[in-house]
Amino acid sequence: MNREAKFMIEKTKLPSKRPSRRTVSRRTLLGGLGAAAGVAAVGLPAIKTRAAEPLKVGVYGGYFQESFDKFIFPDFTAATGIEVESVAEPTGEAWLVQLEQAARAGRAPADVNMMAQTPMLKGQSTELWVPLDPAKLPHMENLLEQFVHTYPDGRIDGIGAVAWYITLVSNTDVFAEAPTSWADMWAEDKRDTLGLLALATNSFLLEITAETHFGGQDILGSEEGILEVLGKLAELKPNVKLWYRDEGQFQQALQTGEIPMGQYYHDVAGLAAAEGFPVRSTFPKEGGVNDSGSWAVTRASTMIEEAHVFIDYMCQPEIQASLSRNVGTAPTVRRDLLDLTEEEFSAVASDIPPIVPNYQMYAERGDWLEQQWIETITS
Amino acid sequence: MRSTDTGRTPRTLADHAPVIYPALMLLVFFVVPFGIMVTISFFERVPGGFYQPTFTFDNYGRFLSAFFGNVLGFSLGLSALAAVICVGLGFPFTYLLTRLARRRQILWLVFLLSVLSLSEVIVGFAWSTLLSRSAGLSNLLVAVGLLEQPESWSPGFAALLVGMCYLAFPYTVLLLYPTLVRLDRELVEAAMTMGASPLRAFFTVVVGASRNAILSGLILAFVFTLGIYLLPQLLGRPQHWTISVMITDQAIFQSNLPFGAAMALFLMLVSLSLVGLTLLLGRRRAA
Repeated sequence: MNREAKFMIEKTKLPSKRPSRRTVSRRTLLGGLGAAAGVAAVGLPAIKTRAAEPLKVGVYGGYFQESFDKFIFPDFTAATGIEVESVAEPTGEAWLVQLEQAARAGRAPADVNMMAQTPMLKGQSTELWVPLDPAKLPHMENLLEQFVHTYPDGRIDGIGAVAWYITLVSNTDVFAEAPTSWADMWAEDKRDTLGLLALATNSFLLEITAETHFGGQDILGSEEGILEVLGKLAELKPNVKLWYRDEGQFQQALQTGEIPMGQYYHDVAGLAAAEGFPVRSTFPKEGGVNDSGSWAVTRASTMIEEAHVFIDYMCQPEIQASLSRNVGTAPTVRRDLLDLTEEEFSAVASDIPPIVPNYQMYAERGDWLEQQWIETITS
Repeated sequence: MRSTDTGRTPRTLADHAPVIYPALMLLVFFVVPFGIMVTISFFERVPGGFYQPTFTFDNYGRFLSAFFGNVLGFSLGLSALAAVICVGLGFPFTYLLTRLARRRQILWLVFLLSVLSLSEVIVGFAWSTLLSRSAGLSNLLVAVGLLEQPESWSPGFAALLVGMCYLAFPYTVLLLYPTLVRLDRELVEAAMTMGASPLRAFFTVVVGASRNAILSGLILAFVFTLGIYLLPQLLGRPQHWTISVMITDQAIFQSNLPFGAAMALFLMLVSLSLVGLTLLLGRRRAA
């Protein structure tokens, strides 16, 4: 939900900002047209021989769906001859519930689905995801390791689809110096100045606290450890002015300096800065939080072959670069394979090793953790 | 329908026909969803998954803790306070409104009705801006010299209370209006002829004659503000998050529908019994 909201905000602001990043440059446009025309000629017979049924791809509704419909799916059909029908899916776990119920009835609302990481893990308990065949995914080798999702026994069930960063943001009018570490949030002079995400599962503050003050996430392996981290996190409370669920709420306050510091989405903060607002996004030395969605195929799908073709297509560096330029997501493939310029890359990602959220913790201790969390921050 | 038919108790199917449609709608869109909610509240939550149909009191059990007791207590107190403020301001306001010329009354009522078209989100964002340091009302106070420098008044308890009252105020006025506009003015005049001061006449005659409307206004504002779940997130701090916020968190963010449903039912039962108690006390006093 948050992710969609974020992209909706971004979308509404698109026309006025950073045209270089958002519009396709002439070079890529011409190249794309040529390629499209070329494969269209080759791919045409394939379309005819195929059944009329398209491959249904579930993407977060709103900005994501529109962007994929515009920048990704037409080229994919041109390159492979496989027709795609995009399906708007809700973010969060609602789609998992629908997929699961449909699969029990043997139906697939969408064949390939963009899934957040915790629902990915939850779907494993019912074997909802079709194990993917690495032999049919030659481009998988391009991926950064955190973007290959597996069952506990090693079978692959998800491949990174889109990724984004949560970083430390600050108002440049209020703080002349950029912060360098997440630890700056705990500083005495930050009293009543922070805006943080309100839930354990979308703020990833436990991971941030563990990496910043406990030398890594090992401590999150036990309940005692988690409580210790929560204790350290509780020290932050006097410094937090707003615990937000809605991103628009914080962005406004960040831009005006009302709440001059906090955690936020790197690319949206970058767009705000490009529009002239006194906002900066910093990758702290501990790393930005790298959250992502995976492509996963429901077991009710009858188009497993086509699904593999699609997922493999999405792992190509050119496609990932196109996503970064046009949609604003962080690439899932290694940087050395990308033709992104320094500016284009830093607009969506960083070379500093990221903090990868501890999704296993949420899947295993969800209710307990959530109760501890809410009691800690509301007390 | 012939005039002789009115007052006859309906017997045939044709007599019942007019209520079939609304009854059906009520069944489909209210009774059935409510039944589903009651059912789900007894289902078992599958951690890391969904829920499965069993019969368990666990969801209610989890709610019976000091933590949720505090949240519930705060929510009820906040709503009661908001209701008292709404009626406290709304009653004199409506009384004065009914004494205006008809035309101006209509203008005011249209204005109040149009406020109802604003969503909770818009109201919340508007108030958080109005109460902010950078763009808020405190800048005006600085301009007229009442304040040294602009202050931030949101998020906080007062900000939340203001937002809640803003949402519930139009409803309160619209509920009080029919009673007050029908109030015979000669009653007040009679009281004053007998030597009562205007203030005394207002409190003894106007307030006294409107006891039921005041009670309904309090109940409406109380129940209405109890269901507000966005304002506490926008205008409150975590300790001001109400039970409605917790229900939203469970239903939307934690996918724990059984627990969300159990909390919602519990909240409904508690508020219903409070409303019942209020009515009972009101009746006893009136008798």
